[in-house]
Amino acid sequence: MPVWLTEHEHAVVAAAADRLIPPYEEHPGGAALGVADYIDGLLSAFEVDPPRIWAGGPFSGRAGGESSFDQFIELSALEELAWRTRIEGSKGMVERERNGAIIGWQQQYREGIAELGRDFLDLAPEEQDARLQQHREFKRLLYVHACEGAYAAPEYGGNRGLTGWTAIQFDGDVQPRGYTDEEVAGRA
Amino acid sequence: MVMECDAVIVGTGPAGATVAEVLTAAGWSVVMLEKGRNHLLSLEAPFGPLGHVSNDELKMHHRHFLGPDPWLEPRTFRREESDGDRIYTGDVNNLPSTVGGGGMHADGKLPRFRENDFHARSERGPMDDAELVDWPVDYDELEPYYAEAERVVGVAGDANANPFAAWRSGPYPMPPGADMFCAVLTSEAATKHGFHPYRAPSGVNSVEYDGRPACNNCGFCAYFGCPIEAKGDPVAPLRHALRTGLCDIRPESYVTDVLLDGTGRKARGVRYLDVNGDAHDVNARHVILGAGAFETPRLLLRSQIGNPDIVGRFLMYHFQTFALGIFPFRLHAHRGRAVTHLHDDPIVPDDLALAAARDAGLPWFRGGIVEHGGASHPISEAIHLPPGLEHTRLMLASPMRDRMAAFTMQGEDMPQATNRIDLDPHVVDAWGIPAGRVTYSSHRHEVECSKHWAPRLEAVLRDAGATHTFWATSPPLPEHAARRRIPNPSPISRHVMGTARMGSDPTTSVCDPWQRLHDVDNVVIADSSVFPTSTGYGPTLTIVALAIRASRALAGLDPLRSIRPSGPAA
Ligand SMILES: Cc1cc2nc3c(=O)[nH]c(=O)nc-3n(C[C@H](O)[C@H](O)[C@H](O)COP(=O)(O)OP(=O)(O)OC[C@H]3O[C@@H](n4cnc5c(N)ncnc54)[C@H](O)[C@@H]3O)c2cc1C
Ligand code: SF4
Repeated sequence: MPVWLTEHEHAVVAAAADRLIPPYEEHPGGAALGVADYIDGLLSAFEVDPPRIWAGGPFSGRAGGESSFDQFIELSALEELAWRTRIEGSKGMVERERNGAIIGWQQQYREGIAELGRDFLDLAPEEQDARLQQHREFKRLLYVHACEGAYAAPEYGGNRGLTGWTAIQFDGDVQPRGYTDEEVAGRA
Repeated sequence: MVMECDAVIVGTGPAGATVAEVLTAAGWSVVMLEKGRNHLLSLEAPFGPLGHVSNDELKMHHRHFLGPDPWLEPRTFRREESDGDRIYTGDVNNLPSTVGGGGMHADGKLPRFRENDFHARSERGPMDDAELVDWPVDYDELEPYYAEAERVVGVAGDANANPFAAWRSGPYPMPPGADMFCAVLTSEAATKHGFHPYRAPSGVNSVEYDGRPACNNCGFCAYFGCPIEAKGDPVAPLRHALRTGLCDIRPESYVTDVLLDGTGRKARGVRYLDVNGDAHDVNARHVILGAGAFETPRLLLRSQIGNPDIVGRFLMYHFQTFALGIFPFRLHAHRGRAVTHLHDDPIVPDDLALAAARDAGLPWFRGGIVEHGGASHPISEAIHLPPGLEHTRLMLASPMRDRMAAFTMQGEDMPQATNRIDLDPHVVDAWGIPAGRVTYSSHRHEVECSKHWAPRLEAVLRDAGATHTFWATSPPLPEHAARRRIPNPSPISRHVMGTARMGSDPTTSVCDPWQRLHDVDNVVIADSSVFPTSTGYGPTLTIVALAIRASRALAGLDPLRSIRPSGPAA
């Protein structure tokens, strides 16, 4: 169940992510990678405490050590101001508009998804591409977030089952195991 | 709240941390003020790790975990005055704003400068439209401080590997660490081209050192913090300073002013804003500025101290030339310390380079160290690719990451009075204080030098086995900048220098050869603001060496001395 996006919006984001990152050979597409969950997690970051902005450290547990990525780190008051402004927008609040008004990601998604059209899910893939192309700024935002969702640590909601990393032969976080000198210097 | 101490230090990066270690060891009480948060070490005994930094590309690289958040602390950029007030607002040469400063992000290639770097003007002669000068200190005097800096930071290297290196009084404290596959390949090819690659002296532990473990080559190094404390970042000097009981580190404390006494010739301390925005004064006998070469002049300008004709001017970076090669096989440059080999040949120009300089109408030119590395992280790789099937195909084949080797030349930048930091007339930071503004255009020297070396470096990559090569620069060459819109036109260099140059003449410099302000002599600048020239080497080891020298002098300790070993000349 999405938290900030509606079910329909979530489905549109997933479908769009599959056009920006289409499945190919062993690489899953944006939908299967969980990009829509990642984006929903970002837009609803402040629904949880601490907010879902910075995963904890030092280790995820995937390469040894205790897992701590899932314990997110507290923000300072100023950091919260910055991230709320990015996500929620400045909404006329003085402290968020020092150097001008900001339209937040929540609004950009709500409006951007609406502009892709109610029928977006019913369109043929080429027509979906054409719609996305008509809304270039939103397409760019979606693409950057899709890349993050595909290849960031899974604690942020995407990269489902680590399939983003395995597809591209990337090991992801490797502490505290690291690499041996031979793995660094050798050819394979 | 008013606090008293022997010295107040602004900034906890390599500069400030070094001064704190030296002064507390000499029995001084210090207060360190740092505008960023603390993610480095516990401030309670026994000052252990906090475990906040991690192998997390999203958090460390894309979500500003170590700051500064460009929305909270915007900086502005223009190329020249005719651009108007600014052409860009956001991230301009952002080094971390956090306890540990830029030392957290740096992957720590820590070479020394060469002897003749300190006599740039007298050995090379003048360059039109540049204020090239000699340093007020020379290599022989600085050598023991370099040796001490390598010991304090923990530098791993091979003393005999670089034929162009300056003389040394002893070996490196540690042997070099693991070589990266791509750097070995490109080094072999560089050797065939007559160049002299060597294993980079690195501020990264190759063995356990000073109670910290050896690096395990995790690869999340440049632009990350080290999760296991294997990096020679400020964690060690800060921990040593804290252990004396004489050091009080205050994160989230933003210094707004240097406070003067009634004479206007002495500082009595500084004022800072705490996390709630409340102002506090710290009274101190001495004020040490280690805020970095961007923030130190900003603070001087706001406090209206330091030679007003010079403060902020002569801003220098390294002109970065990237030669990139795509290989038919995987290079896994995400394993290892980001860069493991260097070569200095563009610093010691050969006949071809000298002829190219003359053909360009320049008396000479100097490039910089060439770093042998590759690309490492997939989100950065992905966002530069086109969306669609192309994305997935290119991520699978990975020409722009797993099959790419990179040379980065850190070209020497000419000091120009028009290149400067001042205060933006409109843009303010989250504290309501005017943002720092950069006005910067490259000198023809850097541009011509880059154009000469880029194809030569590309040729090396082809001989190493690359099937496609290309090159790019930061800042962009003038002809490229005109052709396409670049989202962030400021140089991406994280080597920032020269904005409060030192010298013996108070009319042409900001501080004296001991880094004290000429006009307010209990204020010492500990960072690379004082550099009179940029050289072609990373600045940080020299920052640390100079900071040791300046703070030992301040504490009344004897100067360090060293002996040049006799024997066959290097
Ligand atoms: C990815 C990366 C790789 C690098 N690699 C290398 C390398 O290989 N070799 C090399 O030599 N260098 C390298 N560097 C550069 C190196 O990090 C810097 O030279 C070094 O950090 C400068 O040290 P500093 O102490 O002078 O300033 P900084 O490290 O910038 O520290 C200044 C500190 O002061 C604080 N501060 C500023 N203003 C205020 C204020 N008003 N109040 C309170 N606090 C304030 C800042 O928040 C900051 O923490 C690299 C940098 C990066 C980012
Ligand atoms: S490569 Fe080594 S020094 Fe760099 S972050 Fe990893 S373990 Fe630390």
